[in-house]
Amino acid sequence: MAQSEVTAQHAIAHHPALAHHFENMEQQREASTLGMWVFLITEIMFFGGLFLAYSIYRSWYPQVFAEASHHLDILLGGINTVVLITSSLTMALAVYHSQVGNRGKLVLFLILTMLLGLTFLGIKVIEYSHKFHDGLIPGIHFHYEGPHPQQAQIFFWLYFAMTGLHALHMIIGVSILAFLIYFAWRGRYSPEYHSPVEISGLYWHFVDIVWIFLFPLLYLVGFHVKG
Amino acid sequence: MPEQASTIAQQVDALFYYWLGITLFFTVLIVAAIILFVVKYRRRAPGEIPRPIFGSMKLETIWIVIPFLIAMSLFVWGAKVYFAQYRIPKDALDIYVVGKQWMWKMQHPTGQREINELHVPMGRKIRLTMTTEDVIHSFYIPDFRVKMDVVPGRYTQMWFEATKPGRYHLFCAEYCGMNHSRMTGTVIVMRPDEYQAWLSGNTSQLSPAQQGEQLFQTLGCTTCHLNGGRDAGGRGPQLAGIFGKPVQLEGGQTVVADENYLRESILNPSAKIVAGYSAIMPTYQGQVSEEQLLQLIAYIKSLSPQSGNAAMTSANAAQAASSPNGQRR
Amino acid sequence: MSTAVIPVEAKPRTTYLNAGQTLKSWLLTLDHKRIGILYLISVTFFFLVGGIYATLIRLELLTPQGDLVSAQTYNKLFTQHGITMVFFFLIPSIPAVFGNFLLPIMIGAKDVAFPRLNLLSWYVFMTGALFASYAMFAGGVDTGWTFYPPYSTNYANTYVIATGLGIFIAGFSSILTGLNFIVTIHTMRAPGMTWFRLPLFVWAQYATSLIQILGTPVLAITLLLVALERTVGIGIFDPRLGGDPVLFQHLFWFYSHPAVYIMVLPSMGVVSEIIATFSRKPIFGYKFVAFSSLAIAIVGFLVWGHHLFTSSQSVYAGMLFSLLSYAVAIPSAIKVFNWTATLYRGSISYDAPMLYALGFIGLFLIGGLTGLFLAALGLDVHVHDTYFVVAHFHYIMVGGALLAYLGAMHYWWPKMTGRLYPEGWARFAALVVFVGFNLTFFPQFILGYLGMPRRYYTYAPEFQLLHVLSTAGASILAVGFILPAIYLLWSLKKGPIAPADPWLATGLEWRTSSPPPPENFERTPIVTWNAYEFRPQEEAEVIGGGKPDASSLTGE
Repeated sequence: MAQSEVTAQHAIAHHPALAHHFENMEQQREASTLGMWVFLITEIMFFGGLFLAYSIYRSWYPQVFAEASHHLDILLGGINTVVLITSSLTMALAVYHSQVGNRGKLVLFLILTMLLGLTFLGIKVIEYSHKFHDGLIPGIHFHYEGPHPQQAQIFFWLYFAMTGLHALHMIIGVSILAFLIYFAWRGRYSPEYHSPVEISGLYWHFVDIVWIFLFPLLYLVGFHVKG
Repeated sequence: MPEQASTIAQQVDALFYYWLGITLFFTVLIVAAIILFVVKYRRRAPGEIPRPIFGSMKLETIWIVIPFLIAMSLFVWGAKVYFAQYRIPKDALDIYVVGKQWMWKMQHPTGQREINELHVPMGRKIRLTMTTEDVIHSFYIPDFRVKMDVVPGRYTQMWFEATKPGRYHLFCAEYCGMNHSRMTGTVIVMRPDEYQAWLSGNTSQLSPAQQGEQLFQTLGCTTCHLNGGRDAGGRGPQLAGIFGKPVQLEGGQTVVADENYLRESILNPSAKIVAGYSAIMPTYQGQVSEEQLLQLIAYIKSLSPQSGNAAMTSANAAQAASSPNGQRR
Repeated sequence: MSTAVIPVEAKPRTTYLNAGQTLKSWLLTLDHKRIGILYLISVTFFFLVGGIYATLIRLELLTPQGDLVSAQTYNKLFTQHGITMVFFFLIPSIPAVFGNFLLPIMIGAKDVAFPRLNLLSWYVFMTGALFASYAMFAGGVDTGWTFYPPYSTNYANTYVIATGLGIFIAGFSSILTGLNFIVTIHTMRAPGMTWFRLPLFVWAQYATSLIQILGTPVLAITLLLVALERTVGIGIFDPRLGGDPVLFQHLFWFYSHPAVYIMVLPSMGVVSEIIATFSRKPIFGYKFVAFSSLAIAIVGFLVWGHHLFTSSQSVYAGMLFSLLSYAVAIPSAIKVFNWTATLYRGSISYDAPMLYALGFIGLFLIGGLTGLFLAALGLDVHVHDTYFVVAHFHYIMVGGALLAYLGAMHYWWPKMTGRLYPEGWARFAALVVFVGFNLTFFPQFILGYLGMPRRYYTYAPEFQLLHVLSTAGASILAVGFILPAIYLLWSLKKGPIAPADPWLATGLEWRTSSPPPPENFERTPIVTWNAYEFRPQEEAEVIGGGKPDASSLTGE
């Protein structure tokens, strides 16, 4: 905590983005960054329940999970992985340019990130519709050729629950990016005040990382077991 | 105190009294200290400010270490009793229990069926193998201090040895819907001779193992599960003598062929494939009821010489064979 | 307690209460104190609702047969009693009411770190409550508050999804509150307010918040899975589809056991504050008490399996969970010993908050020690799912959490409302609550050991005497709850004006006027003293709400 500067800071005119209950910009930035980290921890726990369910059922039915994973499209999944990793790079560049106050580049990289995010979602829609045509949507129309359709259905439930929850986070992320682009274009962010960009970046990276776990767990489990 | 009517009850009560004593000791100690301090150091002048005392490392150590040691004693003792409760003895009388909303169905090794009543002989170890047709229940006999959840999709086991003849409450202890509180019954403990008399007065059915044998024929299990297994040209492994033995699986793992393994192999045959065989067995899920499953398993158990009550089963076979009425849901 | 209080202000100073009078100024407020009051009103309402359910349950259990309500209704009553009390009263009670009101003031901040999020939490909470209330009015839910499948997923034909959704949503309010508090405590402390100068209430809140952010998401995903299982049959908890109903129990208790500490840790914080103030001594072993809160929060996540000793988990897992359960008992024991030692050579007054705090120690002690009966594997097999468990957790939840809630209500009432409550009535009510509580729940320990299972609508006749005793106790307890409701409301209009510091206490909340101004302090306080450094009143500086008014200087 900054103690000695507090009184000195007070004499200086407030930055327009400083909320009344904070002493200074530093404190405000610290609070919002920590807030986002804490939020991401709860997100880990939130996904954690599904990951736990996944690990239990996979350890019970390793064979089935391996076979069922062959029904996922590794190519599309792989492309999506590359798309997301690239978007993390562009997001990181956007955060950098917000820190140095380069408005044009900031807007550019935000737009790039958003486009990559939309690409990801688009590919996801294609994948989902393939699953729909193949009758792999669990529930009423589930139709699975192969042994253990019931256990395979659990795999597909987990697939849809985990990637669906992830996609929901992507949609939220893309909406946040839309806001960021609007405000960045209006010139709201500066080297003194850029924590919205920064914490949105944290969120975006988190969503990427979740995918980095999902991709091998769901798409690549079949590789080490010949199905 | 409730009646101590099983061998385990005394052990549980001894543990209870031990901890009750410690609870009373600490409660009295703390409450007495509080009352003493509150009276002795009551505020005498409105503005008085006592000398601060910030703490004492010595005291903190004492009241961390001592309670910890006492708690560990309770842990060790508790675990000991728990093992006695849940280490299922081998030489026990097998009784099968199926719970459903809202009744308990039992079947004796000699075929007698009961609903919400369980007659057992005194001084003999009783092993219950339990499952349920619907939701989770819990089999609880307070006077025996035993309880075990009954979970759908698997077998749970418990055992007891009653020590006093009499009638005892049987409760369902896991909330199971509307008439949960009416899912109760009576356990009737009888002297061994009385129990034998009761058995012979009620025998009208095949034993579970015999019913299982019939099922084994009618379901066509014999076509694949030949004696001798693959070497005899069978497409499925030999079942005689398999119960309680380790089984080598495809992929190198081994499992012990217990009730839950047999259950899984009938309902979900390809989950665990025995090494050297292929996954060709169809599932019997939906074709056999929970009770029939237990009978099939009882039959497979009876094919293993070590299984405790094979002898008992055949002793009553002649008597039971006179009334063939095996199939019932 | 002060008697001669002179209201001297000619024109009323601005307080958080009179800063805006419209309904809108309350419903759209960003002031943590007003949000605290919003929560106070909401949770008190839910306490009333849960209390009505409890009354009906106790009346039904007067006789062994079912004669007041039907079996189905009874099952709904205890389910809704549990859900209302746990999710809509106990979990938000002390954190959301007193945490919100006091935490920023105690650390010398103007507000929590995210005031908008704070208001959002309240709306999220109310939305969740709305769903749950809808379910209750539409026909109720009868799964027990634990929602065990396959009963909840495949068999119950009541409003499981709507209720689950309500709890799911309310859970997010809990997460957001926890998040807000953690960030607030980390970043908003006033200059000089180091970690080891924080009041112990703040430490307790910090530990609570940790549980809220780590545990609640797991409950959320679990309830989501139950809802999916119910609607489309995903099979995760259904053995017929290859799932496992016991997995639910693991996930559920992974949250719900720590949730017990969400309810009781803040109470421990409250008790630390009250014990220090009314014996005018620093809490004995401050650091031990502070760190024991964190220890409880962390180890509390590792003990969930002790709810499953009879659920067919392996005996070795049972042993591990039993061992860890004893580990979590030690920090609680540390607190009890340190509170008791704090009284030694103190200057102890018998004001109502102190009576509640002392009552808390006694009842929590019994609740905690009986908890160890349940952690002992061999004993738990017998008493699991009996009234012994019911009695045990009511000693913790009512005897612990609720008594602390009432103690906190009295202790900070002058601060929140600017009025003093009638001391005589308050002491009487505390006594009534204590007697009524013990009479209600002590017989249930005996019932449980005799083998009376919980959630029974009808029961064996030999249990009746103890049930009658319990119901008699419950009626006394009800009086004990109605009394404060009456005299506290009365004091809002007629109570004497409260000074800034009626107790000669030490926390920063007593360095601002009663009720505090909207921005809490006139200037940011600079803290140069430790928590619980008691000084004569004249030395204490008031840094909020204008000049120290005469009333704050009159002392006793």
